[in-house]
Amino acid sequence: MSMPSKQLTLDEFVSRLSSGIRLGIGGWGSRRKPMALVRAILNSPLKDLDIVSYAGPDVGLLLEAGKARSVTYAFATLDSIPLEPLFSKARQEQTAQFREWDEGMFATGLRAAAQRVPFLPMRAGLGSAVFENDPTLRTVTSPYDDAQVLTAVPALDLDVAIVHMNRSDAFGNAQYLGPDPYFDDLFAMAAAETYVSCEQVVDTAGLTLGGPLQSILLNRTMVTGVIETPNGAHFTTCEPDYTRDEAFQKAYASAAKEDFAAFKQRFLSGDKANYQAEVAQFATEQQS
Amino acid sequence: MITRSEYCAVAIADCFADDGEIMGSPMGLLPTLGARLAKATSNPLLMLTDGEARILQGTPPLGVSTDVVEGWMPFRLVLEAVVPYGKRHVMMGATQIDRHGNQNISAIGPWDKPVRQLLGVRGAPGNTVNNKTSYWVPKHSNRVVVEQVDIVSGVGRQRAEAAGPGASTFHNVHRLVTDLGVFDFGGPEHTLRLVSTHPGVSVADVQAASGCEVYVEGDVPNTREPSTEELLLIREVLDPRKLREREVPSA
Repeated sequence: MSMPSKQLTLDEFVSRLSSGIRLGIGGWGSRRKPMALVRAILNSPLKDLDIVSYAGPDVGLLLEAGKARSVTYAFATLDSIPLEPLFSKARQEQTAQFREWDEGMFATGLRAAAQRVPFLPMRAGLGSAVFENDPTLRTVTSPYDDAQVLTAVPALDLDVAIVHMNRSDAFGNAQYLGPDPYFDDLFAMAAAETYVSCEQVVDTAGLTLGGPLQSILLNRTMVTGVIETPNGAHFTTCEPDYTRDEAFQKAYASAAKEDFAAFKQRFLSGDKANYQAEVAQFATEQQS
Repeated sequence: MITRSEYCAVAIADCFADDGEIMGSPMGLLPTLGARLAKATSNPLLMLTDGEARILQGTPPLGVSTDVVEGWMPFRLVLEAVVPYGKRHVMMGATQIDRHGNQNISAIGPWDKPVRQLLGVRGAPGNTVNNKTSYWVPKHSNRVVVEQVDIVSGVGRQRAEAAGPGASTFHNVHRLVTDLGVFDFGGPEHTLRLVSTHPGVSVADVQAASGCEVYVEGDVPNTREPSTEELLLIREVLDPRKLREREVPSA
């Protein structure tokens, strides 16, 4: 008996999700974000999502579309543009609930979920406003002689995680080829179901031909579905396939601060093919 | 003629001079210039990255992040193996910094509905209770240097001690460098103290530009002048495009 393929279309992916779930999104800021999967969610009837993300435009867009009930984050940034304008707007207008943690706490929360323990201790958070602004947080006292009081970072258990990789085979063995894995394996293990979008689905043998052994970050036990989405992290980075589309990101950020409706109409109201066609058209306009 | 930004660069470099073999994490332009200057002069053991995942052996000019790569430093290693390991000195920015050494990069105004959302607390809470931390403020004003920050991101000494040894054992807020001078938190009860003023700046100038009391002891010296070697490195090697002038313009 051969191993069944986990390949899904974008429509099949989005039909597997339901409203009210806790959704983790991999990547970091405006780096290797599963943007094609995020756009599929934007165009679905899904709502009341509890988002967990090292936030970039993924979170800005979900907030603007009214998809997010809450957001757990440590920052929101476009990297080359310091602030994420749609995120800032949502915070200032209080359109969702927000939980802001330290970056290290966030990773520790994912690790606790991945290891199926209720919390993990660390120093980060102590003395800061993180405790004041998230009243659900607790400390833990060391049971040893030192009796130190530490932050008890609760597990960030996820219903679903979505991540974007450079390559995957049809079974969910997935590979990053850029400089940084970010926390994508932790997101995958923190979630009950993980969906991986990738630039290219390759034959399993192609994984070790295309990159070092250590670049195969996800193994198939962590992965529920695989969606092939070329240029699927656009406009965020996906090295070495492509870098950030800075001109497009600038247009996004400007639109977000002024009138987002026209940008949304042009780029976000259609399907995947329409988005990529409009992005290509945008690039041509930039050159002329 | 030595410019204000060049005084700032050596003042920042001096923050890293005695660190030995640890990782420097300068956030932003002048801190990057200062840290690279320290690595090229007073502390060759300092370890610096390209701001992303590569550890660079040399000190390329500002705006350039290619050099011989001596190691790998993805974000997960920073958060899980460098910050808690403690062999690190981070220099962060501060939208607000207060008399007690608390820093804010999260938001301005009340938490529930901020007037202006900023970056979020990022790694500031963890940095300040785990490793040596300094701050850089390019435009010292009474809106930045304040009595009390709105949202405590980086933790000052008093709050760290109040949170117990878990927070205070490795807490070490070292310096605040601004376009007006150099400060530490050696005033009464670990409050803001003036260490030196950059030439052309008086103690009264610093006090007038601060939104809180600045502790002053005796005669305050000037920030030291850069050596000839340092000036040459800043002007010809590390920042030939004068990007430093964008952050701290000459009068």
